[in-house]
Amino acid sequence: MSLSAAFFAIIRRDLLLALRRRSEIANPLFFFVLVITLFPLGVGAKPHLLQAIAPGIIWVSALLAAMLSLDSLFRSDFDDGSLEQLLLSPHPPSLLVLGKVLAHWLVTGLPLLLIAPLLAVLLGMPGQSLGVLLLTLLLGTPVLSLLGAIGVALTVGLRRGGMILSLLVLPLYVPVLIFASNAVEMAGSGLPIDAQLNILMAMLCMALVLTPWPTVAALKMSLN
Amino acid sequence: MDKHTLQAQKLSCIRDDRLLFSSLDFTLHSQQVLLLEGKNGSGKTSLLRILCGFREPDAGTVQWCGEPISGSGQYRADMTYMGHLDGIKKELTVLENLQFALALAAQASADADAIQNALARVQLAGFDDMPAHALSAGQKRRLSLARLVLAPSPLWILDEPFTALDKQGIALSEQLMAEQCDRGGMIVLTSHHDLNLPSTDVHRIRLS
Repeated sequence: MSLSAAFFAIIRRDLLLALRRRSEIANPLFFFVLVITLFPLGVGAKPHLLQAIAPGIIWVSALLAAMLSLDSLFRSDFDDGSLEQLLLSPHPPSLLVLGKVLAHWLVTGLPLLLIAPLLAVLLGMPGQSLGVLLLTLLLGTPVLSLLGAIGVALTVGLRRGGMILSLLVLPLYVPVLIFASNAVEMAGSGLPIDAQLNILMAMLCMALVLTPWPTVAALKMSLN
Repeated sequence: MDKHTLQAQKLSCIRDDRLLFSSLDFTLHSQQVLLLEGKNGSGKTSLLRILCGFREPDAGTVQWCGEPISGSGQYRADMTYMGHLDGIKKELTVLENLQFALALAAQASADADAIQNALARVQLAGFDDMPAHALSAGQKRRLSLARLVLAPSPLWILDEPFTALDKQGIALSEQLMAEQCDRGGMIVLTSHHDLNLPSTDVHRIRLS
C-alpha cells in the first residue's frame, strides 16, 4: 500500500515539477518539430524522396529529442539533494527510479507521440503506416528513456557529462532505431511487420525489468 | 521504542589517496548522541555518508542492531538523514515538499493536522502554500527540521544541522534533539557550534 503510494507520489511530484517549469516539456518537442519541418526545406521539392525517408527522419529526430531531454531526468534531484533522500527511502529504490523514468517519459516522450501524426502527414507518409509509426513510438520511446536513465545516472555527477552521455547511450539506442524505422517502412509497402513489433515489445519488457537496477547502482556511485 | 544500537568496527576511509581515518570503533546506544569533531576536510561528512550507506567504508563494518546496514530496508526505515543539501524542491510549496518527504519515508499516517503542527513547531505556520524558492536559507533549514518532527525515526544523522539557523532556530533544533533522546532515539551529528544538551549523554569523536 505505502509502496504504491510512494510510487505514485513520485510520479505526481515529477509531473507537477514539469508543469511548473514548462521549458522542460517544450524543449525536446520544439527540437523534434523543428528538425522534421526543416527536412523538406533542405531536401527540396521531391515528395517521393521525402516519403521514402520519412520513417527514418521521424525516428532519428525522436531519438535525438529523447537524448536531448535525458539530462533533466536526475539533474535537479542531484543538485538539491532530493536524490539522496530518494535512495534513503525504505522503499526499493529501483521502483522509485522506475517511477521517475515513467514520469519523465510522460513529460518528454508522450508529447512526441501526440505530434508525430501531424509531422508524418507533413512528410507525406502513407496513411497505412501512420498507425504503425505511433505503435513503434509507443513501444520504442519508453525504451529510450529507460536505457538513457542508466547513462544519465552514470554521468549526473560529472560537470560536463553531455558528450560522454551521448557516447554511452547512442549505441544502445541504435537497435531501437533500426527495428522501429524498418517497421514503419515495411508497413508503408504493405509487408508484414510482426517480427519488428515483437522485437520492440521484447526490448520494452526487458528494459522495464532490467534497467532500474543498474540505474540505482550508477546513481549510488554518482553520489559518492 | 525498542533498544537500538549502531556499531562501527574498524572503519577506515581513503579519499583521493589520503587516509582520512582508520580503525575507528564506536558503539552508540539509545538515548546517546555522537558528536563528530574535527577541522574542515577531516572526514566528518565522509564518515556520515558511510553511516548512511551512501559510501562503502574502505575497511570495517557498520551494523544496526547487529545487522549490516548495506541494502537493509529496515535500516533505511529507521534512519533520517539531513545533509548539506536539504532535498527541498524550489518549485513545490512547503506543504507539497513535506507531503512528498512523508510518502518517501513510508510514514503510515501523517494527517493534515500533524503536518500543520510540525510547521507550527518550526515557526513556518501559514507558509504552507508558499513555494520553497521564496523561503530564506534559514527557513529552508526549518522545513528540514519539520521533516524530523514528522518522522521520529530512532536514528538521526545530521550534517551541520545549525547552518543558516538563527538563535531561536538553534535552540529549537537542540530542543528537538533532546526530545529525540528522551524518546529513546539516537543522533549522530557534526557541528562547529557548541552543543547545548545538558541532560543527554554526548559522546565525542575527534577526527584529525
